[in-house]
Amino acid sequence: MIGPVVQLVSIVKRFESAVAVDRVSVDIQPGEFFSLLGPSGCGKTTTLRLIAGFEVADAGDILISGDRVNDRRPYERGVGMVFQSYALFPHLSVARNVAFGLEQRKVPKADIPGRVNRALELVRLDPATYGSRMPAQLSGGQRQRVALARALVLEPRILLLDEPLGALDLKLRKEMQLELKALNRSLGITFIYVTHDQEEALTMSDRIAVMDNGRIAQLGTPADVYENPRTAFVASFIGGSNFLSGIAESLGDRRWRLVGRHGTFVVRAEPGVMVEAGREVRIAIRPEWMDLFPPDRIPPGENAVPGTVQEVIYLGETIHVLVALDPGEVVTVALRNEGQLIKPVPWTRGSRVAVAWLPEDCQVLEPDA
Amino acid sequence: MSLRRRVLGWSAARPTRSGYALLAPGMIWLLLFFLAPIGLMLVYSVMKRGLYGGVEPGITLEHYRRFFDPLYLDILLRTILWSFVCTVLCLVIGYPVAYVVARAGRWRQWLLFLVVLPFWTSFLVRMFAMIFLLRDSGFINSVLLRAGLVHEPVALLYTPFAVMLGLVYGFLPLMILPIYASLEKLDVALLEAAEVLGATPRARFTRVIFPLSLPGVVAGSLLTFIPALGSFVTADLLGGAKQVMIGNLIQNQFTVARNWPFGSAAAFVLMGVVLVAVVGYLRRRDARELVG
Repeated sequence: MIGPVVQLVSIVKRFESAVAVDRVSVDIQPGEFFSLLGPSGCGKTTTLRLIAGFEVADAGDILISGDRVNDRRPYERGVGMVFQSYALFPHLSVARNVAFGLEQRKVPKADIPGRVNRALELVRLDPATYGSRMPAQLSGGQRQRVALARALVLEPRILLLDEPLGALDLKLRKEMQLELKALNRSLGITFIYVTHDQEEALTMSDRIAVMDNGRIAQLGTPADVYENPRTAFVASFIGGSNFLSGIAESLGDRRWRLVGRHGTFVVRAEPGVMVEAGREVRIAIRPEWMDLFPPDRIPPGENAVPGTVQEVIYLGETIHVLVALDPGEVVTVALRNEGQLIKPVPWTRGSRVAVAWLPEDCQVLEPDA
Repeated sequence: MSLRRRVLGWSAARPTRSGYALLAPGMIWLLLFFLAPIGLMLVYSVMKRGLYGGVEPGITLEHYRRFFDPLYLDILLRTILWSFVCTVLCLVIGYPVAYVVARAGRWRQWLLFLVVLPFWTSFLVRMFAMIFLLRDSGFINSVLLRAGLVHEPVALLYTPFAVMLGLVYGFLPLMILPIYASLEKLDVALLEAAEVLGATPRARFTRVIFPLSLPGVVAGSLLTFIPALGSFVTADLLGGAKQVMIGNLIQNQFTVARNWPFGSAAAFVLMGVVLVAVVGYLRRRDARELVG
């Protein structure tokens, strides 16, 4: 078995007094599509720049293929980088931009045009058409492709991408997401991808590190972080969540009864989630895992809270029903749209309903770090 | 109409008749005080010289012919050479300064302030100040004498060295500011991109920083070279009678020598030189850009 291609061992980075990266440790596997996801200022870009070598860690080790690289210059680390602003050299043509790294690394002159053309073809830009153009003559999407080709032409082991799709419109962004994923698979290069867009991270990643305040709040597959968020931060940053709380009473086998102002629920904690009897516990429930029933017809075994429908929002794929629970608080319940013209949702503003969910469909949260 | 529409309407609209009217004061000013005097000088330069200044009727090319006397050609060539050397020195000294200022972070405003500080006094005053520095009993010679490095004052004032020092000192900020402006705009990500692609610090400078600062270098060179060609205060105060530049010659013709037509002709020759030099320089640059 081959070891991790990138290892961060408890790295710390401070800027003046603020801690940008706080004891982050992670192993990234060869060929993996790994995303650093979080809001601005969470430390994701700084973490990427530490791996690239543009920043020096104040503490901790950065290992690439098992070698400690803390003191190596960026070009000695075998990494390629795609910048948020693309950072194409505006005075050089597309072909010269892509050739730049090859020239700097003293690749034989005769080999350069062939490699440049192959790199451009890889990102689906026709070398004959685009090779001689200047960056200013390209669209945002084309510039992005050139930036990608410029990094890939050096055949790095690791490609670092800093919000590369941020400036593109939605349709193009979706296309590029799939293309990046396909490139990651076909080239076998490890991609480390920084984004604040949760959907983007879910779409492409093998694993996601959700970052908050310089720390990794949760690390896991897209399904892990979406379906088993550990903290309220993760639950609300990735997808929408409804939050409820109550005082815990143990039922044994990781099952707990929560007694709070919304009533009594039964919940199941994931392995490893610490719950203390007698303490207040928060839970998160995804809108699509809740359902609505008439108040007198709650299915047995489900948790339920009564309320009044406040708004019904038509979103196409789903229908969002906002329900004001009796004790206060508004929750969102997402119902599948089965065709409003054929089989409309039976609820309207003012309907009395019960919001219900299964004990295993809610997440017991740890307190935020 | 929404505020947004109105704001857009403002910027998107082409100038109206009253908008063009805003050009009038500037146009009239230039017409009256730039084009008219130059036209007048052109006329003077081909007229006969009046005995006590001014001109007399009659058309002649004698003044232009006279300028091609080796005596005057020498002055012209020296002026071009000195201006060129001055520009190169300003570039060599000014570029690193502009680079440091552009990268100075929070000190940038202060450094920039220091660069423009000399503009707070007049050029003339600054040149006089140089005299105090350079003359036999001036600061430099006092220090040298007291340190025992020399036994009698070194002749600094009224030498080509003094003129060059004055020119470089006087025009340096005009070189620094445009280069600073182009370096300041440079996206740091470009340098990081170059670094991760394997460019050494030297290659980052020659392949990325310098080419992208060329507009500033060109502007700075023009702002230095052209005023240097026409300067006369520096040569007058620091060069004495021997280090004459063409500016001094022209000034002299209009004042002491009372030969307005010859002064005008010399001025036009100088203008021609500037025009040829600038156009030649810019065209070469364009050509290089196309290749580069």
